[in-house]
This record gives sequence, structure tokens and C-alpha cells, in this order.
Amino acid sequence: MSDLRELYQQVILDHNRQPRNFRKLEGANRTAEGHNPLCGDQITLYLRLENGVIGDVSFQGSGCAISKASASLMTASVKGKTQTEAEALFHTFHTMVAGEPDPAFDPEQLGKLAAFSGVREFPVRVKCATLPWHTLRAALEGRGKRISTE
Amino acid sequence: MTTAGRTLREKVPPDGLTGFDVEKVRRDFPILRETPRGKPLVYLDNAATSQKPQVVIDTLTRYYRAENANIHRGIHYLSERATEAYEGARAAVARFLNAAEPREIVFVRGTTEAINLVAQSHVRPGLRPGDEVVISAMEHHSNIVPWQIVCEQAGAALRVAAINDAGELVLEEYERLLGPRTKFVAMVHVSNALGTITPVRRIVELAHSRGIPVLLDGAQAAPRLPVDVRALDCDFYAFSGHKAYGPTGIGVLYGKAPLLEAMPPYQGGGDMILSVTFEKTLYNVIPFKFEAGTPHIAGGIGLGAAIVYLTGIGLDRIAAYEHGLLAYATERVAAVPGVRLIGTAKEKAGILAFVVDGVHAHDVGTILDQEGIAIRTGHHCAQPVLQRFGVPATARASLAFYNTQAEIDALAAALCKVRELFG
Repeated sequence: MSDLRELYQQVILDHNRQPRNFRKLEGANRTAEGHNPLCGDQITLYLRLENGVIGDVSFQGSGCAISKASASLMTASVKGKTQTEAEALFHTFHTMVAGEPDPAFDPEQLGKLAAFSGVREFPVRVKCATLPWHTLRAALEGRGKRISTE
Repeated sequence: MTTAGRTLREKVPPDGLTGFDVEKVRRDFPILRETPRGKPLVYLDNAATSQKPQVVIDTLTRYYRAENANIHRGIHYLSERATEAYEGARAAVARFLNAAEPREIVFVRGTTEAINLVAQSHVRPGLRPGDEVVISAMEHHSNIVPWQIVCEQAGAALRVAAINDAGELVLEEYERLLGPRTKFVAMVHVSNALGTITPVRRIVELAHSRGIPVLLDGAQAAPRLPVDVRALDCDFYAFSGHKAYGPTGIGVLYGKAPLLEAMPPYQGGGDMILSVTFEKTLYNVIPFKFEAGTPHIAGGIGLGAAIVYLTGIGLDRIAAYEHGLLAYATERVAAVPGVRLIGTAKEKAGILAFVVDGVHAHDVGTILDQEGIAIRTGHHCAQPVLQRFGVPATARASLAFYNTQAEIDALAAALCKVRELFG
């Protein structure tokens, strides 16, 4: 159970139960679809990008607790950030859940996103956590087509 | 919850009802002594692939250690031995399915290849624009996509017979689909996603009364139920070795001899010919016509060993034991608050799919895995079935005759833990 509590931290369970920014975004100028065919996770990401700044962001879809909470926390943390800042956050997040283990890495720099630090112990779940981020990147880069974890 | 391996196994005495000694068969499967994540393995993913008894492992080892040679061509001792063993396995499969003759048994890679073979070699040559192929709404992707491909090639249409809310084939709907344009019926025997046993005898009768040949996908049925292809009168029957306690990469296509004889080869190469010149090639007789190239010899021999092992226990006894265990599992799992079963057909075999209120199947799978319990989560290669029931994914516990009531108790206890964690 202790390992499971590492994975399913309270903030993750909370965002799974009550995902933030879980709606269609009126006035979105970028959207992207993300799909994990292994477990059926599906996310549509809506973005309003104004002069390189994420004015608003939201998502819809269905998925496991990890992917839903990840999407929820991601939208909350990139809102108001520049495209470059969001990209940098993506890289830091990715390093935390899937990068080479680095004792110098401090998850706390990611704020609430640090809740996903336990995911790296569950290799098959890493894609659940990163799917929303890959979808965000596709939207930022204007790649509207459906992206897949596979 | 019982977590110590000894407790798990001690709890259930030999089943008094069927006289089935589960403790005895458990000893035949060395992997069941493994302890993934420090917990005794509770393997409930048998519909994905079954574990292998020691006799199959030993057969594979002995073949590679002492008998390895190519078949059907050598004049030396080892080749003779290997040929004998491989053809002996074919004869064992023929007896297992009650086929009329061993030459009606084609060794393939698995159910998927068997269905593709029939689609391309039996159905495609006669399929015309406007013709129809009928399947059901609970097919595995491997009994959908080969028919989509062949229909697209010929300009034919794929028709899908509906299922009801319990996951049973609606026979009247199926019968209504059968018409003058129907050229073939391909139907599952036991659904991998729902566990439903389909009324195969009736399915075949209704098609045959209109002169339509039928293939049955027996991937889940062959390891779970006695199958008699002559009693069923099906034209083709397919199953996979690895789901029937044999090796991966080997499977079986049964076909009635006259049909197989009339079919063009599926692949060209060595072993499927009688003579080759650049002007003309004479194809070999069945089943060799369909076995181009060096086959999976070890796999075939290993599958033969699995089938001898299964026959030794008796498929009727296996079916009876699994039936009792499924009834127990259904009761235990359905009693967990918030659990909903997907697939509640009257006739079911060994497969229990469910969803947990407010918890995605993937999360259920991870939590169970931490308890050493292996189940499958996701769409089970049967996405249309899940769409039919309006769920993105299910969790699926699939049974084998080496599973015990104590393991089902462990499953139910772990599901309570899921509820606890997710509140």
C-alpha cells in the first residue's frame, strides 16, 4: 500500500475526482487530440495562445486517474505561461517521471506537479502521466492531428 | 485476505463436486510458485495467455537438446524423429478436436493467422461486389479486421450481428442477416471480452441451411470446453497454442478436407510444393500446401504435449471446474461495492469482466498488480464490444483450471482495497 500511496498521492486523487479546467474552451485557437491505445486514455486539449502566451487552456476526455490528474494539474500550471516556459516545464516534468535517475533533481521545483514523482516506479504508467503533456506540445506546435503514445 | 502462498493453496480442498484436484494440477505449473512483488502469484490473465505445464517446458527442451532437425526432408535419424513428433502432434490435435483426419489440421502461427488464411484463400477468391460476410458484435479484432480487409478488396460488405445487454448473440438478428448475398459467417465460440459462450451449433445450422460456410474462432473455447468439430459441423475452427497451455507462435486451423483441397495456397515457398519448375509448380497435398517454409517445429511438438496433458485431465472436467470457479468469482466480485459486471450471459466460460465505479480499469490493474494479482485491463482487442457497453476500458479476470477459490478471495479483497484508496 505504501508504494501505491506514492503513486496515488492525495493531490492526484483529488484532481482525478475533480479535474480542473475540464471543459471545452470557447475561443480556443489551438486543439490537439492525444490517445493512448494501450489503455484507451483519450484527451482533447484546447488552447488559446495569444502572442506566445497561454491565455487559457482546458481539456476533455476520459482516462485513468494518473492521466486525468496529470492533465488537470498541467492545465493549472501552464496557464499564463509563455510557450517557451511551458516547453521548459514539459522537459522538467519528463525528466522527473521518465528521465535518468538524478539525485540532484529536486521535484519540489515543480510545485504541485511533484506529486507525479512516484510514477517513475511504475514504468507502464509513465505514458499515462506524459500523454497530456505530449498533447499540449502538439497543440503548441500547431500539430492539430491526433497524437498517440505508441 | 490471505497473502501467504501456503494459505492461498491450503484453503481450497479438492473440489468435492467435480472431484477435481486443483492442488495436484497446480504442481504441474512451475510458474505458480513465483512471487512477483513479494506476493504469491495470482495469475488471472489466462485469456491473454495461459501458463505452461512442466511437461510442455520439458518437451521443448528435449526437442532442442536431443531431437532438433528439419522435418519432411531429411533422410537422417534426427529428421525422422522430428517429423514423427511433429506429425504426431498434428494427430493429437485432430483427436482433440475430433477431426476426421489429421490432414484437416493446418499448423499456423495462431488464431489470427488461421482466420487470415481462410479470409484470403477460401473467401476472397469467390467474393464479389455486393456480397456479404457476417460476424458478431463481440468479435476480437482478429475476427474483424481480416474480414474488413477481404471485404474491401472485393467490394463486399461486413455485416455485424447484434448482442443484447447481457452480451449474448441475438439469434433472430443473426438469422435476419443471413441472405442470398451472405457468402461466409465468422463467429466467436467464447468471447474474450465478455466470456459469453455463443450458440455455435445453432449458428452453424442456420448458416448451413442457406449453404453458407462457417468459421468458428475458438481461441478462448478450445482451452476451456470440449470441442467436437464434427458434431458442430463447422467448416473451419481456429485456436492458438499459447492460450491452450502450449507455446507461443503456434496455432491450429481445422478445415474440412474438401474445402482445404479446393483452396489456393496462402503463402508460397518450400514444403508446400510437390515440384517446381519456372514454368509450373505443383502444390503439395493438404495440409502441407498451407505450411510454406520451415514451420515452428518445436511449437507444434510442444502444443502436442499440451494437448496430451489437457486430454489427460479431460476437457469436460476442466470445463466443470472452471464453471464452478466462475460462479464463485462472479458472486464474490459482484459483491464488492461499486463493481459492475460487463458480460452477464447465461452461458459463460471462465472470463469475468467488470468496471469499478469512478475508478479507471488501468488504476484497478495497477493496484491489483501490487498484490501480485495479474489481470488484464483495457479494451482486450475488442473495442467494438466496449463501445457497445459504453465503457472505455474494463478489468478482466480470466480463469484457468489451476486457479483456486482462495485466489478469487484475494481478488475480491484487492478490489476492496481499490475502493478504499479511491474512496
